Amino acid sequence: MIGASKMGVGLCETAEGMGYSPDLCSYARSDIACATVNGGPIGGLPRPDMLVCCNNICGTVLKWYEVQARYFKVPLFILDTPFCHVGFADEAKRYVRRQLDEYILFLEKTCGRKMDNNRLKEVGKLSLEGQRLWQAVLNTTANRPAPMSAFDAFFHLALIVTLRGTRDVIDYYSQLLIKMKDRVARGKGAIPNEKYRLLWDNIPIWPRTRWLSQKFASHDACLVADTYTSAWCGTMKYIDENNFFDSMAEAYTRIYLNIGIDEMAKQVLEMIDKYQIDGIVMHSNRSCKPYSIGQYDIQKIIEKERGIPSLMIEADMVDERSFAESQVETRIDAFMEVIKQRKGR
Amino acid sequence: MITAGIDIGSISTKAAVIADSKLLGAKVIFTGYNAEQAGKTVYEDLLQELHLQPSAIQKTVATGYGRNSVKFADKTLTEIICHAAGAHFLNPPVRSIIDIGGQDSKAIVVDVNGNVGNFVMNDKCAAGTGRFLEVMARALEVDLENLGDLSLQADHPSKISSLCTVFAESEVISLIAKGENRANIIAGIHESIASRVFSMANRVGIVPPVVMTGGVAKNIGFVKALEKKLGITPTVSKYAQVNGAIGAADLAAGLK
Repeated sequence: MIGASKMGVGLCETAEGMGYSPDLCSYARSDIACATVNGGPIGGLPRPDMLVCCNNICGTVLKWYEVQARYFKVPLFILDTPFCHVGFADEAKRYVRRQLDEYILFLEKTCGRKMDNNRLKEVGKLSLEGQRLWQAVLNTTANRPAPMSAFDAFFHLALIVTLRGTRDVIDYYSQLLIKMKDRVARGKGAIPNEKYRLLWDNIPIWPRTRWLSQKFASHDACLVADTYTSAWCGTMKYIDENNFFDSMAEAYTRIYLNIGIDEMAKQVLEMIDKYQIDGIVMHSNRSCKPYSIGQYDIQKIIEKERGIPSLMIEADMVDERSFAESQVETRIDAFMEVIKQRKGR
Repeated sequence: MITAGIDIGSISTKAAVIADSKLLGAKVIFTGYNAEQAGKTVYEDLLQELHLQPSAIQKTVATGYGRNSVKFADKTLTEIICHAAGAHFLNPPVRSIIDIGGQDSKAIVVDVNGNVGNFVMNDKCAAGTGRFLEVMARALEVDLENLGDLSLQADHPSKISSLCTVFAESEVISLIAKGENRANIIAGIHESIASRVFSMANRVGIVPPVVMTGGVAKNIGFVKALEKKLGITPTVSKYAQVNGAIGAADLAAGLK
């Protein structure tokens, strides 16, 4: 929200003034600064009673949350998920599963009441249903023209991120799904004249999503899918709704970004086929090393396996100081010329 | 059919005119502050030199950073496509192009028809570009044109480790203070740029024959440094600096 409201630079500057390095992730810088000045679009988050984090998609979060736990003087629980190069070893499963028991003890102690197993089942089912619906919404963009773009998905994503496990998510995505199916039936595309279908990789460049969507639309290119929004429903296959606790460990651990590059490339290739992709747009995100490392390898694998071109945009998800418009523009224009030249043949 | 190409770069503006697949002429001027005016001036001056009326030009394509400021162009295209077309026009067997301009460097792979297969451009930093050499020439009090010849006299190129223009300049200044000779410093600068271009070339997977285009191709010292690093001898046309404009003029001929 801070990034999309273009409030990131000010908060990053505040964090840097506090002594944090400009090389630190801009989410961490924004959040740490935001807490001290009640900044951002909603004047800061409410004061927490406790903090919980998981390192399955982020290493920075460990120190970031330690900083915040010290600042707010609240207890912190860290769920540690080992990296899964291939498969999911038994030791890893036991290790993560045991931490879930510790997590319950932490929550019981901090909240001062016992865990309610029935409530867990209820919330778990709602969470899974929300993920299914979100995936169904994303699936609609396999149609030509795509009824919505990745830029729309970046927006609608808010609910699966912040309200997962509630009824609201299900209501919202059910309605969104009906709307998208209706657009498909009427042949209504996200952009006026969809000719080229692209896939986005990495976290959005939040302060520049509008500019980027207009830029691509001016080339009749629609970003029909992305590796980011689909990550919120990417581990459903590991979840057993009759055995939430055990399967939860696996679902959290085997998420996109906590798996080997070959595994990630495999998922990207599946998306290329499913959504009939003509080119990949990769955001090399200065803030996010786990997401950006390996992009060159994935690029090479895609080029070899499917022969489609890819573009690398060097930027940052929140810190606009890392975005050079005219340089990005030339790269997008050149990339689109290459795609047009190839498709025209 | 007579067509024109205009390439407005960050440092210089270039124009070229092609008639029935033959180059009639080309011209280079400094871009300066007003890109739109630079585009007009270079175009009008070139037409005058070639004794052509503007009405004789059937199509015009503009390229380069200032491409959108050329109001009289029929189409704008990026430098990638234009450099590929220009290199193919001048040297049809070419398969890879290394272009180093004022603020960009790029490696492009083309197919036998001159169509772009793949390309990589430098990241945001200005190191490894013509502007970088300009800054260094100023710090060393050497004319830009003399950098190449001077560097060939080096016996032990300095190590310029930094890849940032501003920091590299401080590094050069401290080498000057230590009494290192100019030739070695310049050769070191060329090697540091060549190393950056080398990784770009590897990323895109360049294949010979390779041509080098852009203003920096005029610097023989740099071309030698690149050759050493790549293990491939790039061809440098006397039209290297106007290659993008030639490509634009050539692509203009294909416009419907």
